[in-house]
Amino acid sequence: MAIKTIAGVNVDVNEEGYMTDASQWNKEIAAGIAAEEGVELTDQHFELIDWIRNKVAVGDSLTIRAIGKSGIVDAKQFYKMFPGAPLKKATKIAGVPKPTSCI
Amino acid sequence: MKKLLILGAGTAGTMMANKMRNNLERDEWDITIVDQYKTHYYQPGFLFIPFGMYTKKDVIKPKSDFFPVGVNVIFSKIDKILPKENQVLLDGGTVLKYDYLIIATGTRTAPEEVDGLKDKLWYKDIFDFYTIEGATALASYFKTWKGGNLVVNIAELPYKCPVAPLEFVFFADAFFTERGMRDKVKIIYVTPMSGAFTKPRATKMLGDLLDQKNIEIIPDFNIMEVNNDEKKIVDYGGTEVPFDCLVSIPTNMGDDMIARSGLGDDMNFVPTDKHTLQQKDYENIFVIGDASNIPTSKAGSVAHFSSEILEENLMCAIEGRPFTASFDGHANCYIETGYGKGTLIDFNYDTEPLPGSFPFPGVGPFGLLKVSRMNHYGKLLFRWMYWHILLKGKEMPIDSEMQMAGKKL
Repeated sequence: MAIKTIAGVNVDVNEEGYMTDASQWNKEIAAGIAAEEGVELTDQHFELIDWIRNKVAVGDSLTIRAIGKSGIVDAKQFYKMFPGAPLKKATKIAGVPKPTSCI
Repeated sequence: MKKLLILGAGTAGTMMANKMRNNLERDEWDITIVDQYKTHYYQPGFLFIPFGMYTKKDVIKPKSDFFPVGVNVIFSKIDKILPKENQVLLDGGTVLKYDYLIIATGTRTAPEEVDGLKDKLWYKDIFDFYTIEGATALASYFKTWKGGNLVVNIAELPYKCPVAPLEFVFFADAFFTERGMRDKVKIIYVTPMSGAFTKPRATKMLGDLLDQKNIEIIPDFNIMEVNNDEKKIVDYGGTEVPFDCLVSIPTNMGDDMIARSGLGDDMNFVPTDKHTLQQKDYENIFVIGDASNIPTSKAGSVAHFSSEILEENLMCAIEGRPFTASFDGHANCYIETGYGKGTLIDFNYDTEPLPGSFPFPGVGPFGLLKVSRMNHYGKLLFRWMYWHILLKGKEMPIDSEMQMAGKKL
């Protein structure tokens, strides 16, 4: 556990930089994390981030397959929006835990 | 008469039929088990087939050998479950009523989920080894293969027996070395995970083994399509990996019947309480084995450990008591590493695979996260235990709950 200053606010993060208290999240913090990850946020990003936060809030697991079926983006667009490791980046920016692969 | 209905007579369903027939009075409870196939496959044996160590006859037995006396067996396809009516419809119109239902319909490979996978090169230069057809086709192919890029790709998580693809590349390394052609075969392990495995210590240990065996790993690869004309796999980020032989671990899905019943998630796995094994919406439905969505390995060891939990909790439900058993996600996997040696991992929902000895602290005889000859014998011995002890629902000398004794933090 550590505290990190993002967008001028102190937030709790874990050793990988994922926020540990979803209630501390706001759009400015999201933009701050996104900048570190090399992502510039558009309205479509925020639409998807809202969708991700809602999914996590009700306890659903996040997968690229599920995001591809979200109706907001398909898997290919998702990769374009969060280049490299989309699921890891998108969850970090959305202030939710990194999805664990359960195997 | 009250009715217990079990859907699926694979590893999990067969164990439950045996256990519950022991528990429930014959004059009070009818037990019925339904499956569409008559042959039981020893699935851990499929891995050995491409390398000529086992053949088809080593991994099959009739399902009927493993059902206890006093259980009705129906070989039929299942149309759907009507959970509100406590009924199951079979193909052909038969209606089965139940008081309690156990769903044990497992998972299947779904190669059609990746564009170009089940296309013109399927079973020519592209294979799976999670089906008897794929494993035997690959065995014939390897007999005359001249070498090139051997690409092993995991399409998507979750998939059955998470260590099998690693064992496959370890075996391939030994197989082509023994045939004197390892220099002509480049083995590439392409995975959607960030490393060889999910949890840190096992990933490090298994990643080091890949390195020692000169097996290249390409992590974070989420396959978008197989290009059959140019013989390459492409991921969503644009990374391309050319292959001469592609061995795919296709997307795993639950049975289509689950979707028809409206009981599945987007991959047809049934939402299930990970501790009680009760279906999320219906109190008289329980789920065991690969069919559920519980966050642990889809593996026979998990089905086995959770069968003891389900046996206890189902008796609680039947007798109107609160649940007394809670599943911890325990999984235990022998991992073949080639050349007659193997390693072993033991873990659960909360504890990652750790080094140590198993099952007896300090004694073993098996070593956790170590490569040893004894671990390999453990895996071979397991086939006998599977047929003779495990499927019949008898006690195995391993606790269903994961033990910390013998593990080093």
